[in-house]
Amino acid sequence: MRHVANVRLESITKVFDGVTAVDDVDLDVADHDFMILLGPSGCGKSTLLRMIAGLEVPTDGTIVIGDVVVNDIEPKARDVAMVFQSYALYPHKTVRANIEFPLKVRGVSKPERAVEADRAAESLGLTEYMDRKPGQLSGGQRQRVALARAIIRHPAVFCMDEPLSNLDAKLRSETRAELVALHRRLDSTFIYVTHDQVEAMTMGTRVAVMSRGRVEQVGTPQEVYAKPATTFVAQFIGTPPMNLLPPGVAEQGDLIVGIRPEHVGVDPSASLRATVQLVEHLGHETLLDTRVGDTRVMVRLDGDAIGPEIGTEIGLDVPVRHWHRFDPATGRRVDP
Amino acid sequence: MSGRSLGRRGREWMLALVMLGPSAVILGVFVLYPLGRAVWLGHQRCDAQAKNCATKSWSEYTDVFQSREFQHSLWVTVKFALLTVPIGIALGIGLAVLADRHLRGIGFFRTVFSSTVATSVAVASLMWLFLLQPSRGVLANVGWLQDLFPVIKSPGLLHDPGTALSGVALSSIWANLGFTFIIVTAGLQSIPRELHESAYVDGAGGWRRFTNVTIPMLGPTLVFASVVLTSRAFQTFGEIDLLTAGGPTPQDSTSTMTYLIYGRTSPIKSDAGLQSAVAVLLFIVLLVLSLLQLRGIERRVHYGS
Repeated sequence: MRHVANVRLESITKVFDGVTAVDDVDLDVADHDFMILLGPSGCGKSTLLRMIAGLEVPTDGTIVIGDVVVNDIEPKARDVAMVFQSYALYPHKTVRANIEFPLKVRGVSKPERAVEADRAAESLGLTEYMDRKPGQLSGGQRQRVALARAIIRHPAVFCMDEPLSNLDAKLRSETRAELVALHRRLDSTFIYVTHDQVEAMTMGTRVAVMSRGRVEQVGTPQEVYAKPATTFVAQFIGTPPMNLLPPGVAEQGDLIVGIRPEHVGVDPSASLRATVQLVEHLGHETLLDTRVGDTRVMVRLDGDAIGPEIGTEIGLDVPVRHWHRFDPATGRRVDP
Repeated sequence: MSGRSLGRRGREWMLALVMLGPSAVILGVFVLYPLGRAVWLGHQRCDAQAKNCATKSWSEYTDVFQSREFQHSLWVTVKFALLTVPIGIALGIGLAVLADRHLRGIGFFRTVFSSTVATSVAVASLMWLFLLQPSRGVLANVGWLQDLFPVIKSPGLLHDPGTALSGVALSSIWANLGFTFIIVTAGLQSIPRELHESAYVDGAGGWRRFTNVTIPMLGPTLVFASVVLTSRAFQTFGEIDLLTAGGPTPQDSTSTMTYLIYGRTSPIKSDAGLQSAVAVLLFIVLLVLSLLQLRGIERRVHYGS
């Protein structure tokens, strides 16, 4: 029943009216991956997803799903389901009719559709809402209906375009866990677009970080966090982001030195001197916002740490073993 | 205490009267008084100017309703609405869907399709009169059309009792097409793009997306269009006056209710009382019809989420 569904993008470029949205992207999504396309808005991640789903045609390059080049294949023949940010439920149809729609389009008989819809609804806790219209559901329930409509087809690839961004914070974190469980259960390939690094770090088996139409780095969430390939990735992942010290600040050289806030220590005897601008007590951690000359350096301390007074001068310990060094010209990582 | 509150209430009443005054006066003078006067006149028999009237009984209304002339005009009006409204809406949807694409130069076609809203009934009617004129009319002298519909050449679409109403309907549909096109276009543009995309990814072809997404999402727009077009059809006068003058006689095949009230050749043109009675009956018919339309269709229409 289930087919192998690796997705391979080769030199994909998409140009809209002279503006390059996706620029020569190569990406391999392995079968059963939960691949996150992560990046700020306008980085081309949604366009990339829409090309995989068949909603946009690449200007250049090849898209392969399984072993088939799908550039010229209609979405329905690609075995791909899509969950939209707005959920895209049909407001005039009941929940049941919404969920059954993909099967109805494929000419599946009514009794068979009902069985499949009941199964999908049950797995997502929607059984009691089957006769309601989407307008009578909460945001979280609508989101589940959209998921149910996607899983009922048993597609090889699920494309999801920021499906959690319309939910409140609590529901979002619950749904994250459920999506991970769903991915395990369905044994499918997920390609998931988000600008939220927390979603990327907690859900993805692999993350592709994108900026300005290009893929900056592909790796597991741990790899991307521990060894950012570019200064962009270093600053995009992690809250607060990695500190980047210009050449000459931490060492006498011509490289940018990056260090995570949790790796910076306060040491009165350290030679790197900083002025405290702000102290944020967040309960589980305390953040110091400091300046070394004009360079902003964030320091993460324990929650129970007593921060220094604002305006005082402190010494910062930046251990070499936690350094990430980048070439100032290219922004690329120099360390292995 | 109570005196003060009475004073305050009095002031509020005064304020309310001052605020409502202007619209109440306009409504009263231009709507309520004429309506009341028409209802009153309807149970009288008068001369053409309603100067000399003789009061009859209120059963005058039932007499008028049961008269052969009224029944005939009601039937003609209903046929006219049945011809113009569904075809007008179908064509409006068709054109709007065609023009709802991001193509180069589509703005030109949108302007052309909506241009009939800027055309007066008189101009539209004259244009169709010329097009359909049997001896010289451009449309009446197209060879294959003549083969298909010999009637357009002899005696002429507007001169044959069997086709005259269709001829007038043609002109009316054309004149209203711009209006339908504009509101359907607005309706189409309010449908979220993701609904079409989602259906597309799920495997729905063009026709299925049209029937499962476009038409249901246009529901409220289509209710509005059908109510307005029906009401317009029931009140059509200009086209009939200019194209057929209620004829061809003696069948009076295009003598609609408004033509019965106001037409040059109407049998009741010299009695303001009878004219008023028919006008009031037209009002009641339209009111009932609009309510039925709204009720009947609303049950099947989805408004927002």
